[in-house]
Amino acid sequence: MKAYLGIDVGSVSTNLVLMDQEQRILQTVYIRTQGQPILSIKKCLAMVMRENPGIEVKGAGTTGSARQLAAVITGADSVKNEITAHAVAASAMVPGVQTVIEIGGQDSKLIILRDGIVTDFAMNTVCAAGTGSFLDQQAARLGIPIEEFGELALKSTLPVRIAGRCAVFAESDMIHKQQTGYAIEDIVAGLCEALVRNFLNNLGKGKQLLAPVVFQGGVAANPGMRDAFARALNTKIIVPEYYHVMGAFGAAILAKEEVARKNGTSFRGFGTANLDISAKSQECTGCPNRCEIVSIVNGSRILARWGDRCGKWSGLSSPGSIVKEKDLMHA
Amino acid sequence: MRITFPHMGNLYIVGRGLFEYLGVDVVIPPPISKRTLKLGIEHAQEFSCLPLKINIGNFIEAAELGADTIVMSGGVGPCRFGYYAQVEREILKDLGYQYDVIVIEPPDTHFSELLQKIKYLSNGKSLWQVARAIRFGWVKARALDIVEQKVQKVRPRESVKGAADHVYQWALNKIDLAGDVKGVLDVQKLALEKLEAIPQEKDKPVLKIAIVGEIYTILEPFVNLDIEKHLGRLGAEVNRSIYLSEWVNDHLFLGLARMRSGKEARKFASPYLRHFVGGHGQETVGSTVRYAHEGYHGVIQLAPLTCMPEIVAQSILPVVSERESIPVMTIYLDEQSGEAGLLTRLEAFIDLLYRKTDWKKENIK
Repeated sequence: MKAYLGIDVGSVSTNLVLMDQEQRILQTVYIRTQGQPILSIKKCLAMVMRENPGIEVKGAGTTGSARQLAAVITGADSVKNEITAHAVAASAMVPGVQTVIEIGGQDSKLIILRDGIVTDFAMNTVCAAGTGSFLDQQAARLGIPIEEFGELALKSTLPVRIAGRCAVFAESDMIHKQQTGYAIEDIVAGLCEALVRNFLNNLGKGKQLLAPVVFQGGVAANPGMRDAFARALNTKIIVPEYYHVMGAFGAAILAKEEVARKNGTSFRGFGTANLDISAKSQECTGCPNRCEIVSIVNGSRILARWGDRCGKWSGLSSPGSIVKEKDLMHA
Repeated sequence: MRITFPHMGNLYIVGRGLFEYLGVDVVIPPPISKRTLKLGIEHAQEFSCLPLKINIGNFIEAAELGADTIVMSGGVGPCRFGYYAQVEREILKDLGYQYDVIVIEPPDTHFSELLQKIKYLSNGKSLWQVARAIRFGWVKARALDIVEQKVQKVRPRESVKGAADHVYQWALNKIDLAGDVKGVLDVQKLALEKLEAIPQEKDKPVLKIAIVGEIYTILEPFVNLDIEKHLGRLGAEVNRSIYLSEWVNDHLFLGLARMRSGKEARKFASPYLRHFVGGHGQETVGSTVRYAHEGYHGVIQLAPLTCMPEIVAQSILPVVSERESIPVMTIYLDEQSGEAGLLTRLEAFIDLLYRKTDWKKENIK
């Protein structure tokens, strides 16, 4: 069977989608990155190999903060940022979507589309308030499994007001409310409202959020957050079936488009899962910038390098580069 | 007296040219590096904007090379930069650096004071010699901008990535070394020829992106994380709302040279913003309007975090963006800014513009 691969390597999770030629999803993989992107990419590929051994990959695409790394390792055809990948995926799942809310482990995004084209976006990576990691932390602190955290919010009759501007203040405010005797479900519901407020204030300023609104990313699993968004925007919130792997789905669609353009794939195959790929970082002493250069190596062969300001190391992989390969240590 | 002054993009080449022409001993701070930033962060208030932190770092590193006199620009209006020279003097004094600080206020508001200070700085040279030195600095500034504007055009189209920057680095070095006007003009000519000779994909669709905003962040590549190079590699031709020579012409030559000026940019700002709001806030709004009229595909506003004039401009830009139908993205920079986050935003912005542009229509134009 012929299929396309999409890989989204984020700070918290690594996701993979296997999609057939009609863009139907055959397999999804969602694992924790745990600070080891190379290992998690290999794991994901191994899981596909196990479940769909006869699959013929026609194209592969990567996205997420480790998209370059993932592309080098897998030989991906398209390397795209998360905004584009999420927008493409949302448009495919919900044609006519005008607003995409995406909240992942460490960042959140708001994408505005009109007629299927991204017209505006905002990203929040500076502040972690309102992202999955913070919710995780609060659930753990209250001793509630994260899966039940959102359900609890729905039981609330009177959400309490929590200061949501900053994760640190939100936490101390929650503790204060809890110590003065407010019901735990009201506090959790209050937290969801505060986080939604934070999201809309930070990312939504100056933007028109029109329906249909799609909510995706790991946090979309949380019914408390869905409910709070629905109330704040006064509209129905659509959570697609594969909300947790939309980035990877978008990457697969983009790979399909790219392969159609260039005819043929550069995907290395599933053998990658067994390769000895590692990353090394070294400081370049060529100038006072002292850039930290990362080299991705397969055994002794250098696959790619980046991290330099001047481009003399990252340019090495492009044919006809001006700078010839030298040992980085003697730069 | 050993003079130093802060870095701001290619300013060091112009400054060195001018002062050395007058026979003044000048110490250029080492290129801005992580160490410069670290020194600045360590000794500046956390809430001050990035230019102050880097200035402090520059001055400490220049003192290590023996500089004893700082030449620093002042400023008027609500931008905090106007009193940074004073704040920096105090911080350096507390740290035990014995610096003499000479603050040059914008000459268009304090012209006679400027002459006095130049007289002091120029070691008693005649006004005629000072005028010749300024002209020499001016020729260098023009050459730098002319070459850079060509680089900005070649970058997105070059067949081999990095070819234009290779020539650019060469040209910067040569212009810096040139000792007379003819030398500078020769380098300028040669650099343009070299850039022209770079193999390019001429019919590739290229986006035109304008960078507007606060002068320091748009001129200093260390601070803006080399945004122009990134945009070039992503296939965009870049133009900036401020070039060094334009700034010199606006403020030092009272706009006498015939070129794009801040005055013109401020005219375009009406009716969106009719008042001076400090710094380059009004020019940011006006330039965005002008770039929309000139058919640019998108505008990126850059500013140091907490920059008041640019915050005012940012709050007006959504209206400009809608009425002039030009997408605008704002990026704030400080010591916490990471290149990865910047790249994701740039890529997404470029994708947005690519998918939105009707390239068939564009080619007819």
